[in-house]
Amino acid sequence: MRDFICDKIKKIKPSGIRRLFDIANEIQDVISLGVGEPDFDTPWHVREEGMYALQKGRTFYTSNAGLPELREEICKNIKRKYGLDYDSKNEVVVTIGGSEAIDIALRALLDPGDEVVYPEPCFVSYQPCILLSDGVPVPIPLSAETEFRLTPEKLEAAITGKTKALLMSYPSNPTGAIMEREDLEKIAEVVLRHDLIVITDEIYSELSYKGTHISIANMPGMQERTILINGFSKAYAMTGWRLGYALAPAHIMEYLLKIHQFAIMSAPTVSQYAAISALRDGDKDIEMMKASYDQRRRFLMESFREMGLPCFEPYGAFYVFPDISEFGMTSEDFCTAFLKAENVAVVPGSAFGECGDKHVRISYAYSVDTLKEAMKRMARFIEGLRQQPF
Amino acid sequence: MEKEIRKKILGILEKDARLNAKDIASMLGCDADETAAEINAMEKENIICGYHAFINWDKTDDEKISALIELKVMPQRGNGFDKIAEKIYQFPEVESLYLMSGGYDFTVILKKASMKEIAFFVSSKLAVIDEVQSTATHIVLVRYKDHGTSFIEPHKDLRMVVTP
Repeated sequence: MRDFICDKIKKIKPSGIRRLFDIANEIQDVISLGVGEPDFDTPWHVREEGMYALQKGRTFYTSNAGLPELREEICKNIKRKYGLDYDSKNEVVVTIGGSEAIDIALRALLDPGDEVVYPEPCFVSYQPCILLSDGVPVPIPLSAETEFRLTPEKLEAAITGKTKALLMSYPSNPTGAIMEREDLEKIAEVVLRHDLIVITDEIYSELSYKGTHISIANMPGMQERTILINGFSKAYAMTGWRLGYALAPAHIMEYLLKIHQFAIMSAPTVSQYAAISALRDGDKDIEMMKASYDQRRRFLMESFREMGLPCFEPYGAFYVFPDISEFGMTSEDFCTAFLKAENVAVVPGSAFGECGDKHVRISYAYSVDTLKEAMKRMARFIEGLRQQPF
Repeated sequence: MEKEIRKKILGILEKDARLNAKDIASMLGCDADETAAEINAMEKENIICGYHAFINWDKTDDEKISALIELKVMPQRGNGFDKIAEKIYQFPEVESLYLMSGGYDFTVILKKASMKEIAFFVSSKLAVIDEVQSTATHIVLVRYKDHGTSFIEPHKDLRMVVTP
């Protein structure tokens, strides 16, 4: 038989998280700090609305772009929180999580050979999605020295005549880094000068612990060249509902919608009804979860200080990204050894890009009790490593 | 400012009283000594009135029952409800006592006891207080949720071990 699988997909490396998952999955009673989703249940009023939609038999397709009522709420919410104006009729598409939005945005933009620059470490899907769209991924390696913020110098250095888009995500998974107004202003200047388009994945926008989140679309002249992606997974603890959205000027949205309409048809209807309730009545849920994450974030930072483990202070998402380079191991070796010695799962930084290899990603979407126990074990583990001669 | 930190400390302790001042301080980004001092002060001021374990007795072989009693009383001139309340809450059998708005005056929640003990307490201790006009005793059949905690299903982490 012929080999039917295309070269493009064969060349894409499997996710670095997979190997650790396979080991961790075999071990009983693992304390996992390896999860990229909230520990909270979806707020009851949202689940209730989902059940009501089922009860009422609202189980048909919706319009391709999503329920008009939901699109209106999305636009109202974006206006209310970030001061951005989008037309709910033709500038928004409701997608299957933020992930679909990233995929269709790249597919709508890229011709073969177009380069996409993106800061690394980053979410695991960016590079594969660029490759699947026949684009050329150009990672911009970042480090803790700049708190994993994208700088205009680094961006400038990555741009060539073939660069079409900048893909970025702040607050960041896996680093927890944020970008503030001054940072974004400088990036916008470079983007405008090189006539690029920006895909900004702001799925963690509600989880920003230093002032209010600000989007690159807020910078002058940027909204017209930005595809803004957000969703319900992190803000409302709705990962399994698979619901996100993209916002863009109508003449760009038209093409995202074309892909979405043929590839997906429409996002899950029950989830869409539930999401309306999340946007209308979910502010207090977000506030409660955010306050809780912030306490845990501080708790972890204090634990690292006590262990003497260097970690820049992350102000977003629910991850910390401590530096483990003193142990002279790859992040994958560190994580595997830690898992085997102490039954605690954390994710190697290399899973998010080569430049992440000096770090591990630790999620604080866990109770303080769990974090406390995990930090006790981590302190013991690294103390052991420090006493070993290299 | 001081009020704000107290509120935050109380919010944390209310959910988990086992956390020590050092942990709470790190969660709030405050000084550990200062946090300990605040907790101490709130204990002295009777804002923090105790640290109790929260027990689902239904899971044990304990067969005692809980009762909630609605009480109508006749307040006395000059004394109001407080004097009557004192006559009630001094009984060790009383677990909680609230003055209510609405159709009756006091809610009395009794410590778990046998049916016999409850009947005895209501008829010969509560009902005989001069100001008490009537009592209505309700027996708790199932406790589903208490202090914000579900008694039916313990929270399980259903997430996969590692996800991107």
